[in-house]
Amino acid sequence: MSAIYILWLRELKRYVRSRAQIVASLGQPLLYFLALGFGLGPVFQRAGYGSYLQIVAPGVIGMSVLFSSIFSGLGLLWDRQFGFLKETLVAPVSRLQIMIGRTLGGATVSVIQGLLVTALCLLFGFRPVNPWLIPLAIAFMIAIALVFAALGVAIGSSLQDMQGFQLIMNFLVMPIFFLSGALFPLSNIGTILLTIAKLDPLSYGIDGMRSIYLGHSTFNAGTDALVLCCIGAVLLVFGAWRFSRIEI
Amino acid sequence: MIRVQNLVKTFGTFTAVNDVSFEVSEGEIFAFLGPNGAGKTTTIKMLTTLLKPTDGTIQLDGLDPQTQQNEARKRFGIVFQDPSLDGDLTAWENMEIHGVLYHVPHKIRRQRSEELLKLFELWDRRKEQVKKFSGGMKRRLEIARGFLHTPKILFLDEPTLGLDPQSRNQLWSHVKKVNEAERVTVFLTTHYMDEADRVAHRIGVIDHGRLVAQGTPREIKDQTKTETLEEAFLALTGSMIRDESADPAAAMRQFAKMWSGGKR
Repeated sequence: MSAIYILWLRELKRYVRSRAQIVASLGQPLLYFLALGFGLGPVFQRAGYGSYLQIVAPGVIGMSVLFSSIFSGLGLLWDRQFGFLKETLVAPVSRLQIMIGRTLGGATVSVIQGLLVTALCLLFGFRPVNPWLIPLAIAFMIAIALVFAALGVAIGSSLQDMQGFQLIMNFLVMPIFFLSGALFPLSNIGTILLTIAKLDPLSYGIDGMRSIYLGHSTFNAGTDALVLCCIGAVLLVFGAWRFSRIEI
Repeated sequence: MIRVQNLVKTFGTFTAVNDVSFEVSEGEIFAFLGPNGAGKTTTIKMLTTLLKPTDGTIQLDGLDPQTQQNEARKRFGIVFQDPSLDGDLTAWENMEIHGVLYHVPHKIRRQRSEELLKLFELWDRRKEQVKKFSGGMKRRLEIARGFLHTPKILFLDEPTLGLDPQSRNQLWSHVKKVNEAERVTVFLTTHYMDEADRVAHRIGVIDHGRLVAQGTPREIKDQTKTETLEEAFLALTGSMIRDESADPAAAMRQFAKMWSGGKR
């Protein structure tokens, strides 16, 4: 237990200390929110779909959680050769504890990041229908963070060098983001795109947040929660298994 | 303290370690020498539970690192070839985490961390982030950390690589001090023959995965009828240059060098 705690604490300390990085990682979601929200907003309004700003805000929050959690796992790749990971792998602690500590730490940091983006969105004009339900939306953020932190660990444990990183970025992380409906509502889109979106775990996280923040969604919040929990459980087991097989 | 018998490790068709046997007794400093790619790091990885041997047996303080992994891990400390500190944390925090991971009780942890940081001349800088440390200081901290859980064996994999002669000298004198004070067995690899000659009680020379000589520095020099250990080493392993094919780790090492401006 103390091993999990100290490794979780370590991730938090590292996050708090990298102030420049915190600011930098807020820039991208904010840019999406402001540029797309205000840029596409008028067209969206004229088409009769209401405010685009409100639609894109949960998407942007989901995006920041996705990126920060998946990178926390992918960071393993670097950490394995030049970081602290090796020190933990020879310690008399089980690999499972190390993996849990790291994953929880990475997920916690991602949720904090998501909260900061939420605060910024609120500041720039995002208005949830019922602010009292924000804790429920946070639960969805936690689910997204755990799912992708575990996926990141699974991939980070399997990659051999930095070349694979670009590949994962372009063929996994970006598609997960763009095809999840983070930037567009999933209602009234073509069947093919909808089918793909249904295979993307992030879709359910963002749909869940939309159903809480906007009061309506494509799937429903219950389904979203159930799907995320199942995928999360599977990925945590898979991540732990990949992690246990790391050789350095 | 360390007993290795007929150790073999193969990767596919390549035999990295081929029928190696040796013993290191308690309190001894044993230098494991060999050209690049000879099997030094692979052997250390097997001794420290990171790799499974293909064949042969290992005993650390009577324990088998394969079956009694956690017990064995409590008994050794290791300093890796590549850095393994957390640069964002302070020296003190790095020691703390290590202590927690090795189940060192709170009070002993604080007391021993203080002693070791003082001994390795890092006490005044304990509250600074490790990324601000020089290469030599980082190495010292890693070694101090390795001693924190009072291990019986300390593994040092090329600990002085890239350090200036001052830091190297200082580092070895510290290691010797703890070796004498706590009777810690030290197993080291290095490419600096003069260091091995000065520090080690006994030496093993490995080449192409096979142990080609073993004994005190004097014995090895006598055996090859040479004056210095460097000459003896060349006599044993030949002067052909070994070109390791670049493994992913080597590629990343290159990358890291580029980004850190050549500093470790």
